Amino acid sequence: MRIPCVYCGERGHEEFSYLGDATIQRPTAAATPNEWHDYGYLRENPSGSHRELWQHVAGCRAWLVVTRDTRTHAIISVEAAQDVALSREKATP
Amino acid sequence: MRYALTSLLGQALRGNRGWTPAWRRPEPKASYDAVIVGGGGHGLATAYYLAKEHGLTNIAVLEKGWIGNGNIGRNTTLIRSNYLLPGNVPFYEHSMKLWEGLEQDINYNAMVSQRGLLNLYHSDAQRDAFARRGNAMRMHGVDSELLDREQVRAFVPYLDFDNARFPIQGGLIQRRGGTVRHDAVAWGYARAADRLGVDILEHCEVTGIDIVDGRAVGVQTTRGAIRAKKIGLAAAGNSSRVAALAGLRLPIESHVLQAFVSEGVKPLIDTVVTFGAGHFYISQSDKGGLVFGGDIDGYNSYAWRGNLPIVEDVAECGMALMPMLGRLRVVRSWGGLMDMSMDGSPIIDKTPIDGLYLNCGWCYGGFKATPASGWCFAHTIARDAPHAFNAAMRLDRFATGHLIDERGAGNRPNLH
Repeated sequence: MRIPCVYCGERGHEEFSYLGDATIQRPTAAATPNEWHDYGYLRENPSGSHRELWQHVAGCRAWLVVTRDTRTHAIISVEAAQDVALSREKATP
Repeated sequence: MRYALTSLLGQALRGNRGWTPAWRRPEPKASYDAVIVGGGGHGLATAYYLAKEHGLTNIAVLEKGWIGNGNIGRNTTLIRSNYLLPGNVPFYEHSMKLWEGLEQDINYNAMVSQRGLLNLYHSDAQRDAFARRGNAMRMHGVDSELLDREQVRAFVPYLDFDNARFPIQGGLIQRRGGTVRHDAVAWGYARAADRLGVDILEHCEVTGIDIVDGRAVGVQTTRGAIRAKKIGLAAAGNSSRVAALAGLRLPIESHVLQAFVSEGVKPLIDTVVTFGAGHFYISQSDKGGLVFGGDIDGYNSYAWRGNLPIVEDVAECGMALMPMLGRLRVVRSWGGLMDMSMDGSPIIDKTPIDGLYLNCGWCYGGFKATPASGWCFAHTIARDAPHAFNAAMRLDRFATGHLIDERGAGNRPNLH
Protein backbone atom coordinates (compact mmCIF):
# COMPACT_ATOMS: atom_id res chain seq x y z
CA MET A 1 0.00 0.00 0.00
CA ARG A 2 1.45 3.37 -1.05
CA ILE A 3 0.04 6.69 0.14
CA PRO A 4 0.44 9.84 -2.02
CA CYS A 5 1.38 12.45 0.58
CA VAL A 6 0.17 15.90 -0.51
CA TYR A 7 3.65 17.33 0.12
CA CYS A 8 6.08 14.47 -0.55
CA GLY A 9 4.39 12.39 -3.25
CA GLU A 10 3.76 8.66 -3.19
CA ARG A 11 5.49 6.77 -0.37
CA GLY A 12 5.21 3.29 1.19
CA HIS A 13 2.74 3.16 4.10
CA GLU A 14 5.50 2.16 6.52
CA GLU A 15 6.57 5.84 6.49
CA PHE A 16 3.19 6.75 7.99
CA SER A 17 1.58 6.30 11.39
CA TYR A 18 -2.13 5.51 11.65
CA LEU A 19 -4.56 7.15 14.05
CA GLY A 20 -7.95 5.98 12.79
CA ASP A 21 -11.34 7.41 11.89
CA ALA A 22 -11.07 11.04 10.74
CA THR A 23 -14.80 11.75 10.90
CA ILE A 24 -15.15 11.73 14.69
CA GLN A 25 -14.98 15.19 16.24
CA ARG A 26 -13.98 16.19 19.72
CA PRO A 27 -17.08 17.27 21.67
CA THR A 28 -17.34 20.69 23.28
CA ALA A 29 -16.63 21.14 26.99
CA ALA A 30 -20.40 21.18 27.60
CA ALA A 31 -20.87 17.68 26.13
CA THR A 32 -22.52 14.92 28.16
CA PRO A 33 -20.56 11.84 29.36
CA ASN A 34 -22.46 9.87 26.72
CA GLU A 35 -21.14 12.10 23.94
CA TRP A 36 -17.58 11.72 25.30
CA HIS A 37 -18.05 7.94 25.35
CA ASP A 38 -19.15 7.94 21.73
CA TYR A 39 -16.19 10.13 20.76
CA GLY A 40 -13.67 8.05 22.68
CA TYR A 41 -14.85 4.55 21.89
CA LEU A 42 -17.54 4.05 19.24
CA ARG A 43 -16.52 3.75 15.59
CA GLU A 44 -18.40 3.31 12.33
CA ASN A 45 -15.77 0.74 11.16
CA PRO A 46 -17.14 0.59 7.59
CA SER A 47 -16.41 -2.07 5.00
CA GLY A 48 -15.69 0.18 2.02
CA SER A 49 -14.77 3.86 1.88
CA HIS A 50 -13.17 5.06 5.13
CA ARG A 51 -11.86 8.55 5.97
CA GLU A 52 -8.88 8.17 8.29
CA LEU A 53 -5.98 10.09 9.80
CA TRP A 54 -2.38 9.22 8.91
CA GLN A 55 0.75 11.13 9.90
CA HIS A 56 3.79 11.14 7.60
CA VAL A 57 6.15 10.57 10.55
CA ALA A 58 9.16 9.49 8.46
CA GLY A 59 8.66 12.32 6.00
CA CYS A 60 7.20 15.83 6.31
CA ARG A 61 5.36 14.94 9.57
CA ALA A 62 2.13 16.43 8.23
CA TRP A 63 -1.21 14.95 9.26
CA LEU A 64 -3.29 13.69 6.34
CA VAL A 65 -6.91 12.73 5.85
CA VAL A 66 -6.81 9.67 3.61
CA THR A 67 -9.96 8.22 2.04
CA ARG A 68 -9.31 4.53 1.46
CA ASP A 69 -11.37 1.47 0.55
CA THR A 70 -11.00 -0.97 3.47
CA ARG A 71 -12.01 -3.90 1.21
CA THR A 72 -9.20 -3.38 -1.33
CA HIS A 73 -6.75 -0.93 0.36
CA ALA A 74 -7.13 1.34 -2.70
CA ILE A 75 -6.45 5.01 -1.85
CA ILE A 76 -9.31 7.16 -3.13
CA SER A 77 -8.09 10.61 -2.08
CA VAL A 78 -5.60 12.36 0.22
CA GLU A 79 -6.01 15.81 1.76
CA ALA A 80 -3.94 17.77 4.27
CA ALA A 81 -5.68 17.44 7.66
CA GLN A 82 -5.11 21.16 8.22
CA ASP A 83 -7.12 22.03 5.09
CA VAL A 84 -9.90 19.68 6.16
CA ALA A 85 -10.05 21.28 9.61
CA LEU A 86 -10.03 24.83 8.20
CA SER A 87 -12.81 24.11 5.73
CA ARG A 88 -14.79 22.42 8.51
CA GLU A 89 -14.37 25.57 10.66
CA LYS A 90 -15.61 27.71 7.77
CA ALA A 91 -18.64 25.51 7.31
CA THR A 92 -19.61 25.70 11.03
CA PRO A 93 -18.52 29.13 12.34
CA MET B 1 -21.40 -42.32 14.00
CA ARG B 2 -19.25 -42.32 17.11
CA TYR B 3 -15.50 -42.20 16.44
CA ALA B 4 -13.67 -44.97 18.29
CA LEU B 5 -11.07 -47.65 17.74
CA THR B 6 -13.82 -50.15 16.90
CA SER B 7 -15.38 -47.91 14.24
CA LEU B 8 -11.91 -47.25 12.78
CA LEU B 9 -11.11 -50.96 12.56
CA GLY B 10 -14.58 -51.77 11.21
CA GLN B 11 -14.24 -49.15 8.48
CA ALA B 12 -10.73 -50.26 7.63
CA LEU B 13 -12.02 -53.78 6.98
CA ARG B 14 -14.84 -52.44 4.76
CA GLY B 15 -12.56 -50.23 2.65
CA ASN B 16 -13.54 -47.00 4.49
CA ARG B 17 -16.74 -46.81 2.42
CA GLY B 18 -19.14 -46.43 5.36
CA TRP B 19 -18.06 -43.09 6.81
CA THR B 20 -20.86 -40.54 6.93
CA PRO B 21 -20.54 -36.73 6.68
CA ALA B 22 -19.53 -35.13 9.97
CA TRP B 23 -22.60 -32.90 9.96
CA ARG B 24 -25.90 -32.66 8.08
CA ARG B 25 -26.78 -30.06 5.43
CA PRO B 26 -30.29 -29.18 6.58
CA GLU B 27 -32.67 -26.66 5.04
CA PRO B 28 -33.41 -23.63 7.27
CA LYS B 29 -36.51 -23.97 9.43
CA ALA B 30 -38.97 -21.07 9.75
CA SER B 31 -38.14 -20.53 13.40
CA TYR B 32 -35.67 -21.54 16.09
CA ASP B 33 -35.35 -21.07 19.84
CA ALA B 34 -31.95 -19.48 19.21
CA VAL B 35 -29.82 -18.61 16.21
CA ILE B 36 -26.11 -17.90 16.33
CA VAL B 37 -24.82 -15.56 13.62
CA GLY B 38 -21.33 -16.71 12.65
CA GLY B 39 -20.19 -20.31 12.15
CA GLY B 40 -16.64 -19.85 13.35
CA GLY B 41 -15.13 -21.54 16.37
CA HIS B 42 -16.92 -19.31 18.85
CA GLY B 43 -20.32 -19.61 17.17
CA LEU B 44 -20.11 -23.39 16.85
CA ALA B 45 -18.89 -23.75 20.44
CA THR B 46 -21.77 -21.55 21.59
CA ALA B 47 -24.30 -23.74 19.81
CA TYR B 48 -22.69 -26.90 21.22
CA TYR B 49 -22.74 -25.67 24.84
CA LEU B 50 -26.29 -24.28 24.45
CA ALA B 51 -27.38 -27.78 23.47
CA LYS B 52 -25.21 -29.69 25.92
CA GLU B 53 -25.31 -27.50 29.06
CA HIS B 54 -28.66 -25.77 28.68
CA GLY B 55 -30.82 -28.27 26.80
CA LEU B 56 -31.63 -25.91 23.93
CA THR B 57 -31.54 -28.05 20.80
CA ASN B 58 -33.77 -26.12 18.40
CA ILE B 59 -30.82 -23.96 17.35
CA ALA B 60 -29.25 -22.88 14.08
CA VAL B 61 -25.77 -21.57 13.34
CA LEU B 62 -25.78 -19.21 10.35
CA GLU B 63 -22.53 -18.98 8.40
CA LYS B 64 -22.11 -16.71 5.38
CA GLY B 65 -19.25 -18.78 3.95
CA TRP B 66 -18.41 -22.30 4.96
CA ILE B 67 -17.28 -23.90 8.21
CA GLY B 68 -13.54 -23.31 8.71
CA ASN B 69 -13.21 -20.41 6.26
CA GLY B 70 -12.88 -17.63 8.83
CA ASN B 71 -10.45 -17.00 11.64
CA ILE B 72 -10.84 -20.52 13.06
CA GLY B 73 -8.87 -21.69 10.02
CA ARG B 74 -6.53 -18.66 9.85
CA ASN B 75 -4.94 -18.47 13.29
CA THR B 76 -1.60 -19.76 14.55
CA THR B 77 -3.23 -22.44 16.79
CA LEU B 78 -1.78 -21.34 20.14
CA ILE B 79 -3.47 -21.88 23.48
CA ARG B 80 -2.47 -20.25 26.77
CA SER B 81 -3.96 -18.59 29.84
CA ASN B 82 -1.06 -16.30 30.83
CA TYR B 83 -2.99 -13.11 31.49
CA LEU B 84 -2.50 -10.48 34.19
CA LEU B 85 -5.82 -8.84 34.99
CA PRO B 86 -8.57 -10.31 37.21
CA GLY B 87 -11.25 -9.82 34.52
CA ASN B 88 -9.28 -12.04 32.13
CA VAL B 89 -7.40 -14.72 34.11
CA PRO B 90 -10.31 -16.87 35.36
CA PHE B 91 -11.94 -16.79 31.93
CA TYR B 92 -8.85 -17.91 30.02
CA GLU B 93 -8.03 -20.53 32.66
CA HIS B 94 -11.55 -21.93 32.24
CA SER B 95 -10.83 -22.09 28.53
CA MET B 96 -7.60 -24.00 29.19
CA LYS B 97 -9.47 -26.51 31.36
CA LEU B 98 -12.07 -27.00 28.62
CA TRP B 99 -9.25 -27.58 26.10
CA GLU B 100 -7.83 -30.25 28.39
CA GLY B 101 -11.06 -32.26 28.29
CA LEU B 102 -12.25 -31.22 24.83
CA GLU B 103 -11.43 -34.29 22.75
CA GLN B 104 -13.27 -36.72 25.04
CA ASP B 105 -16.14 -34.25 25.38
CA ILE B 106 -16.77 -33.77 21.64
CA ASN B 107 -15.44 -37.19 20.53
CA TYR B 108 -13.02 -35.63 18.05
CA ASN B 109 -9.26 -35.62 17.81
CA ALA B 110 -8.35 -31.94 17.98
CA MET B 111 -4.66 -32.75 18.55
CA VAL B 112 -4.50 -30.74 21.79
CA SER B 113 -0.80 -30.58 22.59
CA GLN B 114 0.32 -28.95 25.84
CA ARG B 115 3.89 -28.50 24.69
CA GLY B 116 4.49 -25.36 26.75
CA LEU B 117 4.51 -21.69 25.82
CA LEU B 118 7.59 -19.60 26.61
CA ASN B 119 7.62 -15.77 26.68
CA LEU B 120 11.21 -14.50 26.52
CA TYR B 121 12.44 -11.43 28.41
CA HIS B 122 15.41 -9.33 27.38
CA SER B 123 15.79 -6.71 30.12
CA ASP B 124 15.54 -6.32 33.89
CA ALA B 125 12.34 -4.31 33.59
CA GLN B 126 10.76 -6.94 31.40
CA ARG B 127 11.77 -9.67 33.85
CA ASP B 128 10.05 -7.75 36.65
CA ALA B 129 6.88 -7.33 34.55
CA PHE B 130 6.88 -11.04 33.70
CA ALA B 131 7.44 -12.00 37.34
CA ARG B 132 4.45 -9.87 38.26
CA ARG B 133 2.31 -11.53 35.58
CA GLY B 134 3.50 -14.98 36.65
CA ASN B 135 2.60 -14.22 40.27
CA ALA B 136 -0.84 -12.92 39.24
CA MET B 137 -1.40 -16.18 37.34
CA ARG B 138 -0.30 -18.32 40.31
CA MET B 139 -2.61 -16.39 42.65
CA HIS B 140 -5.45 -17.45 40.32
CA GLY B 141 -4.26 -21.07 40.41
CA VAL B 142 -2.72 -20.97 36.92
CA ASP B 143 0.67 -22.61 36.33
CA SER B 144 3.59 -20.36 35.50
CA GLU B 145 7.29 -20.51 36.03
CA LEU B 146 10.01 -17.86 35.67
CA LEU B 147 13.10 -19.30 33.99
CA ASP B 148 16.56 -17.77 34.07
CA ARG B 149 18.87 -17.63 31.08
CA GLU B 150 20.47 -21.04 31.64
CA GLN B 151 17.11 -22.75 32.16
CA VAL B 152 15.87 -21.25 28.89
CA ARG B 153 19.09 -22.34 27.16
CA ALA B 154 18.57 -25.92 28.35
CA PHE B 155 14.98 -25.84 27.06
CA VAL B 156 15.48 -24.15 23.66
CA PRO B 157 19.23 -24.10 22.94
CA TYR B 158 18.92 -22.91 19.33
CA LEU B 159 17.95 -19.28 20.06
CA ASP B 160 20.34 -16.32 19.62
CA PHE B 161 21.09 -15.82 23.34
CA ASP B 162 23.87 -13.29 22.73
CA ASN B 163 22.02 -11.11 20.24
CA ALA B 164 23.84 -7.76 20.29
CA ARG B 165 20.73 -5.65 20.87
CA PHE B 166 18.35 -8.05 22.60
CA PRO B 167 20.27 -10.72 24.54
CA ILE B 168 17.92 -13.28 26.10
CA GLN B 169 17.86 -13.02 29.88
CA GLY B 170 15.20 -15.62 30.60
CA GLY B 171 11.53 -16.36 30.13
CA LEU B 172 8.12 -16.95 31.66
CA ILE B 173 6.78 -20.37 30.76
CA GLN B 174 3.28 -21.80 31.01
CA ARG B 175 3.84 -25.53 30.60
CA ARG B 176 0.12 -26.20 30.08
CA GLY B 177 0.09 -23.86 27.08
CA GLY B 178 0.63 -25.23 23.61
CA THR B 179 -1.12 -25.77 20.30
CA VAL B 180 -4.36 -27.30 18.99
CA ARG B 181 -5.23 -28.32 15.44
CA HIS B 182 -7.43 -25.34 14.53
CA ASP B 183 -9.50 -26.87 11.71
CA ALA B 184 -10.28 -29.86 13.89
CA VAL B 185 -11.75 -27.52 16.50
CA ALA B 186 -14.20 -26.16 13.93
CA TRP B 187 -15.06 -29.58 12.53
CA GLY B 188 -15.24 -31.18 15.98
CA TYR B 189 -17.58 -28.57 17.43
CA ALA B 190 -19.69 -28.57 14.24
CA ARG B 191 -20.06 -32.35 14.38
CA ALA B 192 -20.74 -32.42 18.12
CA ALA B 193 -23.37 -29.67 17.86
CA ASP B 194 -24.97 -31.38 14.87
CA ARG B 195 -25.22 -34.65 16.81
CA LEU B 196 -27.21 -32.76 19.48
CA GLY B 197 -29.66 -31.52 16.82
CA VAL B 198 -28.18 -28.11 15.96
CA ASP B 199 -28.75 -27.04 12.33
CA ILE B 200 -25.55 -25.74 10.73
CA LEU B 201 -26.55 -23.53 7.80
CA GLU B 202 -23.62 -22.71 5.54
CA HIS B 203 -23.77 -20.08 2.76
CA CYS B 204 -26.48 -18.32 4.77
CA GLU B 205 -25.58 -14.65 5.19
CA VAL B 206 -27.58 -12.49 7.57
CA THR B 207 -28.78 -9.36 5.76
CA GLY B 208 -31.12 -7.93 8.39
CA ILE B 209 -32.14 -8.23 12.03
CA ASP B 210 -35.85 -7.82 12.75
CA ILE B 211 -36.60 -5.76 15.84
CA VAL B 212 -40.14 -5.25 17.16
CA ASP B 213 -40.77 -3.02 20.20
CA GLY B 214 -37.13 -3.12 21.25
CA ARG B 215 -36.90 -6.88 20.98
CA ALA B 216 -35.03 -8.93 18.37
CA VAL B 217 -37.45 -11.45 16.85
CA GLY B 218 -35.66 -12.84 13.83
CA VAL B 219 -33.17 -12.41 11.02
CA GLN B 220 -33.35 -11.92 7.26
CA THR B 221 -30.87 -14.12 5.41
CA THR B 222 -29.84 -15.00 1.88
CA ARG B 223 -31.74 -18.26 2.47
CA GLY B 224 -34.95 -16.60 3.66
CA ALA B 225 -36.36 -15.13 6.86
CA ILE B 226 -35.80 -17.01 10.12
CA ARG B 227 -37.65 -16.21 13.34
CA ALA B 228 -35.76 -16.69 16.59
CA LYS B 229 -36.48 -16.14 20.27
CA LYS B 230 -32.83 -15.35 20.92
CA ILE B 231 -30.09 -14.17 18.57
CA GLY B 232 -26.39 -14.36 19.37
CA LEU B 233 -23.87 -12.45 17.28
CA ALA B 234 -20.41 -14.05 16.98
CA ALA B 235 -19.21 -12.53 13.70
CA ALA B 236 -15.56 -11.73 14.62
CA GLY B 237 -14.05 -9.27 12.10
CA ASN B 238 -17.50 -8.48 10.71
CA SER B 239 -19.05 -7.73 14.12
CA SER B 240 -19.49 -4.01 13.39
CA ARG B 241 -21.34 -4.76 10.16
CA VAL B 242 -23.67 -7.32 11.74
CA ALA B 243 -24.35 -5.14 14.81
CA ALA B 244 -25.12 -2.21 12.49
CA LEU B 245 -28.06 -4.27 11.15
CA ALA B 246 -29.57 -3.83 14.63
CA GLY B 247 -28.59 -0.15 14.80
CA LEU B 248 -25.69 -0.70 17.21
CA ARG B 249 -22.31 1.03 16.98
CA LEU B 250 -19.50 -0.94 18.59
CA PRO B 251 -16.18 -0.04 20.24
CA ILE B 252 -14.47 -2.10 17.52
CA GLU B 253 -12.16 -1.53 14.57
CA SER B 254 -11.51 -4.35 12.08
CA HIS B 255 -7.84 -4.90 11.32
CA VAL B 256 -5.89 -7.43 9.31
CA LEU B 257 -3.43 -9.86 10.91
CA GLN B 258 -1.04 -11.92 8.81
CA ALA B 259 0.40 -15.35 9.58
CA PHE B 260 3.08 -17.43 7.87
CA VAL B 261 4.18 -21.02 7.50
CA SER B 262 7.54 -22.31 6.30
CA GLU B 263 8.37 -25.41 4.31
CA GLY B 264 8.18 -28.60 6.37
CA VAL B 265 11.29 -29.64 8.26
CA LYS B 266 12.15 -32.40 10.72
CA PRO B 267 11.16 -31.84 14.38
CA LEU B 268 12.88 -28.64 15.49
CA ILE B 269 10.70 -26.59 17.86
CA ASP B 270 8.93 -28.78 20.42
CA THR B 271 7.28 -25.86 22.21
CA VAL B 272 5.96 -22.35 21.50
CA VAL B 273 8.42 -19.43 21.78
CA THR B 274 7.58 -15.74 21.77
CA PHE B 275 10.16 -12.99 21.26
CA GLY B 276 10.07 -10.30 23.98
CA ALA B 277 11.83 -7.46 22.16
CA GLY B 278 9.42 -7.38 19.23
CA HIS B 279 6.14 -9.05 18.40
CA PHE B 280 6.92 -12.55 17.11
CA TYR B 281 5.81 -16.06 18.03
CA ILE B 282 6.70 -19.40 16.53
CA SER B 283 5.78 -23.06 16.83
CA GLN B 284 5.99 -26.12 14.61
CA SER B 285 2.98 -27.91 13.19
CA ASP B 286 2.77 -31.69 13.24
CA LYS B 287 3.26 -31.59 9.47
CA GLY B 288 6.66 -29.96 10.02
CA GLY B 289 6.05 -26.38 8.89
CA LEU B 290 7.11 -23.58 11.22
CA VAL B 291 4.04 -21.47 11.99
CA PHE B 292 4.73 -17.87 12.97
CA GLY B 293 3.34 -14.37 13.06
CA GLY B 294 3.66 -10.93 14.61
CA ASP B 295 1.88 -7.60 14.72
CA ILE B 296 -1.34 -6.63 13.01
CA ASP B 297 -0.88 -4.36 10.00
CA GLY B 298 -2.33 -1.48 11.98
CA TYR B 299 -5.01 0.12 9.81
CA ASN B 300 -8.73 -0.59 9.29
CA SER B 301 -9.16 -3.42 6.81
CA TYR B 302 -11.70 -5.92 5.54
CA ALA B 303 -9.36 -7.09 2.77
CA TRP B 304 -8.25 -10.45 4.29
CA ARG B 305 -4.72 -9.72 3.15
CA GLY B 306 -1.95 -7.50 4.47
CA ASN B 307 1.02 -5.57 3.17
CA LEU B 308 4.76 -6.14 2.91
CA PRO B 309 6.12 -3.92 5.73
CA ILE B 310 4.69 -6.33 8.30
CA VAL B 311 6.14 -9.28 6.41
CA GLU B 312 9.54 -7.61 6.70
CA ASP B 313 8.99 -6.79 10.38
CA VAL B 314 8.03 -10.37 11.23
CA ALA B 315 11.01 -11.73 9.29
CA GLU B 316 13.37 -9.36 11.12
CA CYS B 317 12.02 -10.40 14.51
CA GLY B 318 12.37 -14.06 13.55
CA MET B 319 15.96 -13.58 12.43
CA ALA B 320 16.83 -11.75 15.66
CA LEU B 321 15.44 -14.63 17.69
CA MET B 322 16.44 -17.66 15.61
CA PRO B 323 19.00 -16.85 12.90
CA MET B 324 18.67 -20.35 11.41
CA LEU B 325 15.22 -19.32 10.11
CA GLY B 326 17.04 -17.47 7.30
CA ARG B 327 17.72 -20.83 5.65
CA LEU B 328 14.02 -21.67 5.33
CA ARG B 329 11.52 -20.71 2.66
CA VAL B 330 8.13 -19.28 3.60
CA VAL B 331 5.60 -21.27 1.62
CA ARG B 332 2.36 -19.53 2.59
CA SER B 333 1.13 -16.34 4.18
CA TRP B 334 -2.43 -15.24 4.69
CA GLY B 335 -4.56 -12.69 6.48
CA GLY B 336 -7.57 -12.75 8.79
CA LEU B 337 -9.91 -10.03 10.09
CA MET B 338 -9.46 -9.09 13.73
CA ASP B 339 -12.23 -7.39 15.70
CA MET B 340 -9.89 -5.10 17.63
CA SER B 341 -11.63 -3.65 20.68
CA MET B 342 -10.84 -0.36 22.34
CA ASP B 343 -9.12 -1.92 25.37
CA GLY B 344 -7.77 -5.11 23.82
CA SER B 345 -10.23 -7.35 25.68
CA PRO B 346 -13.36 -9.09 24.42
CA ILE B 347 -17.07 -8.46 24.93
CA ILE B 348 -19.53 -11.24 25.86
CA ASP B 349 -22.72 -9.56 26.97
CA LYS B 350 -26.35 -8.75 26.43
CA THR B 351 -27.12 -5.72 24.26
CA PRO B 352 -29.60 -2.87 24.84
CA ILE B 353 -31.97 -4.84 22.56
CA ASP B 354 -33.85 -7.68 24.28
CA GLY B 355 -33.10 -11.10 22.87
CA LEU B 356 -29.92 -9.92 21.13
CA TYR B 357 -26.55 -11.01 22.52
CA LEU B 358 -23.05 -9.98 21.53
CA ASN B 359 -19.74 -11.85 21.39
CA CYS B 360 -16.91 -9.83 19.82
CA GLY B 361 -13.70 -7.88 20.38
CA TRP B 362 -11.33 -10.87 20.44
CA CYS B 363 -8.56 -8.86 18.85
CA TYR B 364 -5.93 -11.34 17.67
CA GLY B 365 -6.38 -13.72 20.62
CA GLY B 366 -9.67 -15.44 19.92
CA PHE B 367 -8.54 -18.97 19.15
CA LYS B 368 -7.35 -19.90 22.64
CA ALA B 369 -10.63 -18.57 24.01
CA THR B 370 -12.86 -20.67 21.74
CA PRO B 371 -14.21 -23.17 24.31
CA ALA B 372 -14.75 -20.67 27.15
CA SER B 373 -16.16 -18.07 24.76
CA GLY B 374 -18.78 -20.56 23.57
CA TRP B 375 -19.39 -21.82 27.09
CA CYS B 376 -19.87 -18.33 28.58
CA PHE B 377 -21.85 -17.00 25.60
CA ALA B 378 -24.18 -20.00 25.82
CA HIS B 379 -24.68 -19.29 29.52
CA THR B 380 -25.34 -15.60 28.83
CA ILE B 381 -27.90 -16.44 26.14
CA ALA B 382 -29.66 -19.27 27.99
CA ARG B 383 -29.87 -17.55 31.40
CA ASP B 384 -30.15 -14.01 30.03
CA ALA B 385 -27.28 -13.06 32.35
CA PRO B 386 -23.50 -13.38 32.20
CA HIS B 387 -21.59 -16.08 34.06
CA ALA B 388 -19.00 -15.00 36.66
CA PHE B 389 -16.26 -15.86 34.14
CA ASN B 390 -17.43 -13.24 31.64
CA ALA B 391 -18.99 -10.78 34.10
CA ALA B 392 -16.26 -8.20 33.45
CA MET B 393 -16.45 -8.50 29.65
CA ARG B 394 -19.30 -6.02 29.43
CA LEU B 395 -20.33 -3.89 26.49
CA ASP B 396 -20.87 -0.83 28.71
CA ARG B 397 -17.47 -0.97 30.43
CA PHE B 398 -16.16 1.79 28.17
CA ALA B 399 -18.88 4.11 29.48
CA THR B 400 -18.42 3.14 33.14
CA GLY B 401 -14.63 3.13 33.09
CA HIS B 402 -14.15 -0.56 33.97
CA LEU B 403 -11.75 -1.24 31.11
CA ILE B 404 -9.69 -4.45 30.91
CA ASP B 405 -6.57 -3.03 29.29
CA GLU B 406 -3.77 -5.63 29.62
CA ARG B 407 -1.38 -3.50 27.62
CA GLY B 408 -2.35 -0.10 29.02
CA ALA B 409 -2.53 1.36 25.53
CA GLY B 410 -5.85 3.21 25.80
CA ASN B 411 -8.46 3.53 23.08
CA ARG B 412 -6.08 2.76 20.20
CA PRO B 413 -7.12 -0.60 18.72
CA ASN B 414 -3.99 -0.86 16.58
CA LEU B 415 -1.75 -0.66 19.66
CA HIS B 416 -3.30 -3.59 21.59
